[in-house]
Amino acid sequence: MNWTAVASIYRFEMARFFRTLMQSFLSPVLSTSLYFVVFGAAIGSRIDQVEGIDYGAFIVPGLIMLSVMTQAISNASFGIYFPKFIGTIYELLSAPVNFLEIVLGYVGAAATKALFIGVVILATASLFVDLTIAHPWAMVLFLLLTCLSFALLGFIIGIWAGNFEQLQLVPLMIVTPLVFLGGSFYSISMLPPIWQKITMFNPVVYLISGFRWAFFDTADVPVGLSLLAIGGFTTLCLAVIWWIFKTGWRIRS
Amino acid sequence: MPAILAIRDLRKSYANGFEALKGVTLDIEEGEILALLGPNGAGKTTLISTICGIIIPSSGTVTVGGHDTIEDYRAARSLIGLVPQEINLEPFETVWNTVRFSRGLFGKSRNDALLEDILRKLSLWEKRKSRIMELSGGMKRRVLIAKALSHEPRILFLDEPTAGVDVELRKDMWTIVAELKASGVTIILTTHYIEEAEAIADRIGVIADGALLLVEEKENLMTRMGQKQLEVQLTTPISVVPEQLAHYDLQLVNGGDALVYTYDTRGERTGITGLLNDVAQAGLALADVQTRQSSLEDIFVDLVSGDAP
Repeated sequence: MNWTAVASIYRFEMARFFRTLMQSFLSPVLSTSLYFVVFGAAIGSRIDQVEGIDYGAFIVPGLIMLSVMTQAISNASFGIYFPKFIGTIYELLSAPVNFLEIVLGYVGAAATKALFIGVVILATASLFVDLTIAHPWAMVLFLLLTCLSFALLGFIIGIWAGNFEQLQLVPLMIVTPLVFLGGSFYSISMLPPIWQKITMFNPVVYLISGFRWAFFDTADVPVGLSLLAIGGFTTLCLAVIWWIFKTGWRIRS
Repeated sequence: MPAILAIRDLRKSYANGFEALKGVTLDIEEGEILALLGPNGAGKTTLISTICGIIIPSSGTVTVGGHDTIEDYRAARSLIGLVPQEINLEPFETVWNTVRFSRGLFGKSRNDALLEDILRKLSLWEKRKSRIMELSGGMKRRVLIAKALSHEPRILFLDEPTAGVDVELRKDMWTIVAELKASGVTIILTTHYIEEAEAIADRIGVIADGALLLVEEKENLMTRMGQKQLEVQLTTPISVVPEQLAHYDLQLVNGGDALVYTYDTRGERTGITGLLNDVAQAGLALADVQTRQSSLEDIFVDLVSGDAP
């Protein structure tokens, strides 16, 4: 393993994050606060409790997941798409590095950024609502796995994308709807029975449910299934990336 | 000298049937400067990109310092520095971080003294804290070279290093290349400026249409294929070439002031002595005599158009 190369890619990518630290930091704080004002105060005052939990607190895991997933995807996809766009990818392709080192560097940095934002949102949320975390280690594990797996997905999107429009397409058209319909702001049990069945095909349901279990010890699906889902998703993404580098798809002609 | 770079029957064809490389075989010795000369689209960049791992070859092998570029890519690639044709740089990053990144990417441990030395030699030291986007085009090209040198390569590829560069920077670039050669780096550069190949290369390869037409010592190439011209200046202008000189195929130039005789330096007899005698016999008085050797450009144009002997 060329760990020096991994560290170099990671540092170079993190530098991009630190150059725009205010934007990286302020944007999640602001949007989280807005969600709390709208969902927590305005709507929450009429909903009161979901599954025995204050609505304001109930939406916290979903809110974190929403931001972490979209940030992990956008950071990772931009991170690898930008070198393709400006041409600096030549250096990556001619360097003595293998696919795992490239992925570790780019995905590691994107996952770190997403994790940072997740923590910022958690801190912001704790200013608005009383939060107790039932299973702190499980919470950390779910958060890390989500950062990692969605950064991997973002990496694939960044390699696939041929222009900036396509870069935005998958997050906008697929991921955001899946997250919103995955129980970020409601419990699956609140849906009509038929939708409860349909929603089980949404992979994000398992992640949010598991993450919420870590907070409140209550879940829509068994926590083991959640872990299995996120583990399977991570493996799938890794397999696709391995194939991409083996065949040179969209990167080497 | 052992070959530091050995290319064997390298081919690249694309799905649409286009053959970018048609079986290139080439050995490059350590410490030499090879110029690959060819028109646009000849396959120069494809050849370099294939050696460096950016393009996957369809068949053939490349070894760098004895390491196969596919089987043993880590060892092979760590010997290579690549300066691409396009100015591909992260615009928002500083010169220093960009160069440091390149060194790390190639697995080399941090060495600030070395990077400082490289930046100073390339007149970039004062600009190390500037962001790339603030630099001029010439400076950006130097950053590309600094990046390639940052990991101490033994072979440096310069893909059209002086395309779109002003005369002064071009001369600077030639000096840099000469210094690199002196430090033992093997250099392969592509260019379509003949004068560049003529000025700095030890050997010249001519590539056209995906095939290597020839590779030869620059001096040999010029002597072997060179034609010389002898210009005989006359004291009194004439309007017609005298009949007894007709078989020399002379051209009358400068309004009848001078006769130009083209001959082949490879010929056993150049015919110069006979010509000068016959000129005197014809009653013409000589004012001056001078010779000119054809440039690489003439040779190159002949080769690519298929007129070469």
